[in-house]
Amino acid sequence: MDYLIAFVAGGLICVIGQLLLDVLKLTPAHVMTTFVVAGTILDGFGIYDKFIEFAGAGATVPIVSFGHSLLHGAMHQADVHGFIGIGIGIFELTSAGISAAILFSFIIALIFKPKG
Amino acid sequence: MKLTGKQSWVFEHKLYVNAEGTAAGPKEKEGPIGHLIDKTYDEIHCDQKNWEMAERKLMEDAISSALSKGNLQKSDIDLLLAGDLLNQNVTANYVARELKIPFLCLFGACSTSMESVAIASALIDGGFANRAIAATSSHNATAERQFRNPTEYGGQKPDTATSTVTGSGAVIISQEPSPIQITSATVGRVMDLGITDPFDMGSAMAPAAADTIKQHLEDLGRTVDDYDLILTGDLSGIGSPILKDLLKEEGIQLGRKHDDCGLIIYTPDQNVFAGGSGCACSAVVTFSHIFQEMKAGNLQRVLVVATGALLSPMMVQQKETIPTIAHGVVFERAGGES
Amino acid sequence: MSSLKENYPSKVKTYQPKPPYVLNCIKAFLVGGLICAIGEGLQNFYIHFFDFNEKTAGNPTVATLILISSILTGIGIYDRIGQFAGAGSAVPVTGFANSMTSAALEHRSEGLVLGVATNMFKLAGNVIVFGVVSAYVVGIIRYVLEKMFS
Repeated sequence: MDYLIAFVAGGLICVIGQLLLDVLKLTPAHVMTTFVVAGTILDGFGIYDKFIEFAGAGATVPIVSFGHSLLHGAMHQADVHGFIGIGIGIFELTSAGISAAILFSFIIALIFKPKG
Repeated sequence: MKLTGKQSWVFEHKLYVNAEGTAAGPKEKEGPIGHLIDKTYDEIHCDQKNWEMAERKLMEDAISSALSKGNLQKSDIDLLLAGDLLNQNVTANYVARELKIPFLCLFGACSTSMESVAIASALIDGGFANRAIAATSSHNATAERQFRNPTEYGGQKPDTATSTVTGSGAVIISQEPSPIQITSATVGRVMDLGITDPFDMGSAMAPAAADTIKQHLEDLGRTVDDYDLILTGDLSGIGSPILKDLLKEEGIQLGRKHDDCGLIIYTPDQNVFAGGSGCACSAVVTFSHIFQEMKAGNLQRVLVVATGALLSPMMVQQKETIPTIAHGVVFERAGGES
Repeated sequence: MSSLKENYPSKVKTYQPKPPYVLNCIKAFLVGGLICAIGEGLQNFYIHFFDFNEKTAGNPTVATLILISSILTGIGIYDRIGQFAGAGSAVPVTGFANSMTSAALEHRSEGLVLGVATNMFKLAGNVIVFGVVSAYVVGIIRYVLEKMFS
């Protein structure tokens, strides 16, 4: 059942993205930045956590959750360190993802050649 | 006659295409005219280390094929005119570095094929060269990387997009008689009707093609019926109907006399969206397929209008629109009626 | 009757084939949903077979999806998936990984420092910049509001 909810939730977020691409004719870059900022704002209102509880990976896998994680880490460190904690915590939860992306991109570029 | 009307050149001397050379990649090899291309590769690296070197190899192949078919050496050529799509025209410049022929570099985006033929012809007509090579090239990966996105990026392209041809075409021009004669050319003006989408070059280029065709017919006092074929470079499936409607407004009916190189070089099932584009599109199709049809007697007089989108990603990001240009050259079967 | 040349950009829209809206949405839904379902599976895998809990399993899950996406990009398959799925492969974190890997791969010819490293964030940079900037803005607003009403 979890799988079905994740499937549908994630799928629906992608459909919203597809409509932004096809109907509003936004570029992929604009769609992605919109989603990330949306994630930050939704976490700002405390909504995205509930969505994650409900949809599991359907909420954590889309790029929207990246925005959520940025803010979440910032707020967590703000609780500990005060105002300065915002800056300390921003990459706290996203570190794994960004470091992985950098490392793997580098390794792949060493091993493979683009195919065109 | 020389300058005729506003923008056209009617050559005083009889000028001929003595030999042509073409080279292309795997998609073109599998296309409808693949068997007519002199040298083709099974992979778009063309046995080279990177994309840019592959494009240079294609231009070198096209030029050496033309030289060998014309029984000529590099030293027999007085002038090389060449261009490509890349920044600083690296393909043309680095190929010219190897050939050591006196060199004039050109940039006309995808209109370079006919621009180079027109200027080479004018220089020979004026006695500034006896034998010249006009060459151009393009490569799908170098174009994608420069104008759009990295080649392995998973972005979804719309159906209006075109597929840059991986290939090169070269011709040797002189006053020595041969079956294909170059009789006139029309220099285009830069047109810009406000298109901003780099994934829809056909719409951007149609006005330029229309302007050049209309001016050509007006300058030479001809009609569409005086030609067996009016061939555009790469308007593809989107730009071709727009061209026909733009010309209809001027009272010019292209009807069945029009075809487009971007629709000839690939079949629709080759995953090419709206068709082929790129400098090599018009060059490869004209120099292989069209010349063959002319030599076989199926075409007498052809107006080839190469269309170029003067796209600069930075200008588009600065909210500029995409200007375009089209240059036309008339090829005729020598010995036929004029 | 006005000329086609007037208001050309809006007039040529009639010549452009409309994207198959419904089909594109279905494809995006199926592929995006599938990627998220795979993510759910990975998450459960990490919870049951390793020492992760619900909160922390997200990290290795995202890292694994990024690895898979990078490999598919390197092999040359991801761009075809992307053409088919559109937002379905771009919106999940796999799209982020693909944008970085494809840029890194493309610029290998310019060397590791000036090519791969310098250009890696060419396509993904905007996501990180806007994510961080908006997190700061929202974070500061929330912090101030929490302090005012606590």
